[in-house]
Amino acid sequence: MTIYIRATGNISPQKTFGHPPFLTDPKEYFGNRLTCIEPDYREFIDAKQIRRMSRIILMGVCAAKECLQEAGVVIPDAIVTGTAYGCLEDTGLFLSKMVEYNEELLTPTAFIQSTHNTIGAQIGLILQCNNYNNTFVHCGFSFESALLDGMMLLKEKEVTNVLVGAIDEITNISHTILKRMGLYRQGQVSNLDLFKSNPVAARLKGTIAGEGSAFFMLTNKLSPADYAKLDALSTFYKPKGIKEIEHHILFFLAAHSITFKDIDLIITGKNGDIRSDEIFDQLQQRIFSNNVLINYKNLCGEYPTATAFALWMAANIIKSGKIPSELGYKGLNEIKIKRILIYDQYQSIHHTLLMISTC
Amino acid sequence: MSDTVFVAGVGIISAIGKNVAECLYSLENGQTGIGQMVFLDSVHQSKFPVAEVKLDNNDLAQLSSLNNTKSRTSLLSMIAAKEAINDAGIENIDLLRTGFISANSVGGMDKTEKYFAEYFYDNQKGRLRDVVHHECGSISELVADQLGIRDFVTTISTACSSSANAIFFGARLIKNNILDVVVAGGADALTKFTLNGFNSLMILDEQFCQPFDENRRGLNLGEGAAYIVLVSEKVAASLSKIPSVTISGYCNANDAYHQTASSPDGTGSFLAMSGALKKSRLQPSEIDYINLHGTGTQNNDIAEGKAIKRLFDPHYPKMSSTKAFTGHTLGASGGIEAVFSVLSLQHGIIYPNLRLTTPMKDLPFIPVTDFLKNQTVKHILSNSFGFGGNCTSLIFSKL
Repeated sequence: MTIYIRATGNISPQKTFGHPPFLTDPKEYFGNRLTCIEPDYREFIDAKQIRRMSRIILMGVCAAKECLQEAGVVIPDAIVTGTAYGCLEDTGLFLSKMVEYNEELLTPTAFIQSTHNTIGAQIGLILQCNNYNNTFVHCGFSFESALLDGMMLLKEKEVTNVLVGAIDEITNISHTILKRMGLYRQGQVSNLDLFKSNPVAARLKGTIAGEGSAFFMLTNKLSPADYAKLDALSTFYKPKGIKEIEHHILFFLAAHSITFKDIDLIITGKNGDIRSDEIFDQLQQRIFSNNVLINYKNLCGEYPTATAFALWMAANIIKSGKIPSELGYKGLNEIKIKRILIYDQYQSIHHTLLMISTC
Repeated sequence: MSDTVFVAGVGIISAIGKNVAECLYSLENGQTGIGQMVFLDSVHQSKFPVAEVKLDNNDLAQLSSLNNTKSRTSLLSMIAAKEAINDAGIENIDLLRTGFISANSVGGMDKTEKYFAEYFYDNQKGRLRDVVHHECGSISELVADQLGIRDFVTTISTACSSSANAIFFGARLIKNNILDVVVAGGADALTKFTLNGFNSLMILDEQFCQPFDENRRGLNLGEGAAYIVLVSEKVAASLSKIPSVTISGYCNANDAYHQTASSPDGTGSFLAMSGALKKSRLQPSEIDYINLHGTGTQNNDIAEGKAIKRLFDPHYPKMSSTKAFTGHTLGASGGIEAVFSVLSLQHGIIYPNLRLTTPMKDLPFIPVTDFLKNQTVKHILSNSFGFGGNCTSLIFSKL
């Protein structure tokens, strides 16, 4: 069975919401935290509900609505979301009040909205959608598991369309804690300079934090408006070294009768941190040596469900047929892109392979 | 492609026992696990009874072979998962495509809330090792790594239906020929976060809960973990102990009514149950026992009851909520009740709905109040409904 990406909705640190021209004006950030450019929610969500909802719920519901609108689908057959951290703002709020008031006088709103399935549930509630509704919460595999669930639902022929999305937010608390853990760059760094060719010795530890809410309408029926075919997905967990990574990639391609020659573009999950980028550099020297490679985490930052941004970007490249010249890849805007491989990894633990192609 | 998915093993730890044998003993002897809070450090200690696993983290660490500094949820998870795998007795499991699909509601929150007590006053304070497993998935990975499962690991969190969805997803991964063996279920330890959350919603019972009783007052929170080992037909045929229980039906539906309350008629519950029946190609009259979600809250029990009436009237199967034994274990409850369902099919037993004194006036059926032996039990429906309207029903069948 063939699966198509019918529509997308994306709120990210770039100008992506409302389907503006595709990444023709990359936004530059200084510092180690990229924040989503949020739309005016009033066009999409009732004002009363806006006041009650936290930022991550608003971003989730709104990106989902944009995706549904583009797809022309009122009630999807299934809603599947992925979020690694869930609703951190409300979690932090309830924890703070619990400490501050020593477990007394607590109101339930933050607790209710802290649950990981809140976003998927709110989408279901607003749409009055009684269909399948599931939420995956597995670190760097949260989006991938949601996508796999959606693809299986279509293959099982129980549904004809699935709304799949990934949402993660940065909060002041999470950023402070993750910074303490040493995840992020120190000092001034421009996201657009993240991969500027420093000499190897000058490469740095740490990446830049990101967040986002990206939704996709997957269907098993071809339509003229489709972005791309979603050909294949595979994940692998804690590979023991470069040989095993290569084995997984080669096995993945062979399983779908594809060779590196058939791939016009590889989008990699480099994030500017020397500790995890090394794998990509090695692959570039080895099995990826004859392919065109680009990165994406300079645009959206690093977060566990960032692969959703990569898929959104890949789908748009396939639809438009080219890489926006504004992304600064000299000479690449002339190549006609028909098939893209995404190879992503999160903290060298969660590895993802995704392949999409023209319809 | 495997058309039938078998249950090859079960494992459990809950307030009524640290393994299958202890839990069965408590169920048979009507011994509840609910009591005064001992291990959770909360100002509400004397106010709300809870169903705690009767071991501290040091004892759990020893049983689990994980480090005692790890989240209690991971310790519980490891103990139950290990028992399930041992029970399945799969030789050469390393050569099979094996997955660990777990569920929980708040990840390593028991440790995060300790961290937060310091962080709140100084954001550079608190031990990072206490917050490093905050993520739900991180708990699953601690366990998967210890079990040596690497082919596929993921985590589901849909509140109180989480582990039912983990089992559902696991069965489909086998049917889709992605995996051969799946250890599926869930775990949740009691935390101050959830205790205070449920308290703020005013649905905790200050006495021992009475599910499906006219005078029910609310729920008691519990903790625990439970897993079932799902295998493909091919793997099942290769086992020395050939499994007799299959997962024959499942459905996930959404109530789409309110973030925390069930619709008055239990729309989501009805859709989940009827969808699972359709999937299993069974008639309602063929169900021998329903393991109710039955939390003991006003709202859940009437909504679930009405949905059952709509679907089963006038031929009601035997039914009971086992939460009067285990408390409501949230992310673990679907797993715990799946294990009870499998044991019910294997042993021909049905569990009592403890402390039921006044049946609900608006419902035409009365749950079972005695432990029943020598029953003919071929098909069981297990319900798990949660916040966010997430309703999942599973059907287990005996061949």
